[in-house]
Amino acid sequence: MEKRVTFNERWLPYLLVAPQIVITLVFFFWPSGQAIWQSLLIEDAFGGNTKFVWFDNFAALLHDDAYFASVRLTLVFSALVASIGLAVSLLLAVMADRVIRGATVYKTFLVWPYAVAPAVAGVLWGFLFNPSIGIVAWMLAGIGIEFNYVINGNQALLLIVIAAVWNQLSYNFLFFLAGLQSIPKSLIEAAAIDGAGPGRRFWDIMFPLLSPTGFFLLVINVLYAFFGTFGVVDALTKGGPGQATSILVYKVYNDGFRGQDLGGSSAQSVILMIVVVLLTIVQFRFIERRVHY
Amino acid sequence: MVENRPFVTFLSHFVLVVGLVVIAFPIWMTFVASTHDQATMLRSPIPLLPGKHLLENYREVLSSGYNQGSGGIPLFMTLTNSLIMALGVALGKIAISIISAFAIVYFRFPLRMIFFWAIFVTLMLPVEVRIVPTYGVVASLGMLDSYSGLIIPIIASATATFLFRQFFLSVPDELAEAARVDGASPMRFFWDILLPMSRTSIAALFVIQFIYGWNQYLWPLLVTTKQSFYTAVMAVSRQATVVDTVPSWNLLMAMALLTMLPPVLVVVVMQRQFVRGLVETEK
Repeated sequence: MEKRVTFNERWLPYLLVAPQIVITLVFFFWPSGQAIWQSLLIEDAFGGNTKFVWFDNFAALLHDDAYFASVRLTLVFSALVASIGLAVSLLLAVMADRVIRGATVYKTFLVWPYAVAPAVAGVLWGFLFNPSIGIVAWMLAGIGIEFNYVINGNQALLLIVIAAVWNQLSYNFLFFLAGLQSIPKSLIEAAAIDGAGPGRRFWDIMFPLLSPTGFFLLVINVLYAFFGTFGVVDALTKGGPGQATSILVYKVYNDGFRGQDLGGSSAQSVILMIVVVLLTIVQFRFIERRVHY
Repeated sequence: MVENRPFVTFLSHFVLVVGLVVIAFPIWMTFVASTHDQATMLRSPIPLLPGKHLLENYREVLSSGYNQGSGGIPLFMTLTNSLIMALGVALGKIAISIISAFAIVYFRFPLRMIFFWAIFVTLMLPVEVRIVPTYGVVASLGMLDSYSGLIIPIIASATATFLFRQFFLSVPDELAEAARVDGASPMRFFWDILLPMSRTSIAALFVIQFIYGWNQYLWPLLVTTKQSFYTAVMAVSRQATVVDTVPSWNLLMAMALLTMLPPVLVVVVMQRQFVRGLVETEK
């Protein structure tokens, strides 16, 4: 879509886009280019010698079991975050859509976890599950479950999943609720007159009509689990115990800043960039479709 | 609803209340922990109801930080930094996005589409995937440990530019035509007509970007080494990782609560703009 009426100025438009373009060039394109360039180099830890090695860094990643462990972990993690997050928020949204009384109160209380920083969310859940004084850990001990995320890798993973889902819940909830409220009431009423109960109406009418929203949220949640959860991991487990919660984005940070392996870290960055680009394309293709829907 | 089913309605309320309790539980425990003294918070099980030390805990973290003597930073300082960063990011993003969208929609000039796509691709590169080289760039520009280093590298915004572009495209052409006929310059048109019309979009974006700026974690972690530039979220997380050596859970939780208060207030008070911003920036 284009404007029919435009202004004729020679230099003004360049002046207007300049701040955005300069920042984009300096802080997006330059570093991204450097990431790609560095991924082809090997540098010793003191930055003294640099050698151009073509795709050796990528080849090294392909032979690195720790990297594949992190890939598998990230897939499991994002599958858990997306599926649990979507299921819980869909349940809450369907219930909130049903009730008339108190709907705004419920909504107000459900929106604010979005405003809590992921790192702070990590701290809160770490407090609840703290092995020595955490109240939830204490309750679990009461029913015979030893919960110590500091030494148990699976429990650490479970905990970052819980914290990540909690943090993203409001977002999913609001989109599902908006999706539900845009379903024409006449459809629901017609089904009710034909004798369909609430369960039947949900599965046969609402659920299919919500699928575009659900798919959109799926992509957003996977993106969130891949990149948005850095703060949760760093505040809660620092990737540990061992490498049990070292998801890909955390590994990039850890290898690059702690390990000083710039080449390897950059190669991982490049792979992640490709993942984001693919996911974003999927998201946009889908949005195109949703417009026609 | 289309029919009266008391049991289903009851079930809905029940599920929602259970959901609310589970979701609010971490916040409640944070609040409770921040109102007790240090000794109470070291004995398991910790209490479920608030204690009597609310004011002294909050006064202590605000004025002298987590622990005096060993380099604790007063929380009012980190909160101020967070506020500067959040406002800087939100207003900066809005300002540079609205003028670039204005240029792209209301002018025809060579390279216009190239600029448009250059802004578009930044959508695909979150800070997290290019941290090491971006850090390098900021360091070589001498922007470490400064507010400009905290703010400027993250204010380029494809989503905000798109939102304004979308909105400008929906503004009737007659307005620009009338302005031109009356001899108004483009900037005059922008200030007197376009900007006032964009008020609701600006408010919606402000809420989203304020939260985004306030909750930044990885970026401030990288570009600050001096305590005087630490943000509140960073301070909480740093303290949490060493809490077991000097365990003052009461103070840590008071810090956490004060840190999440401003963005939560913004969301709750500006709920309408928040929901609108959320839905619109994702289009």
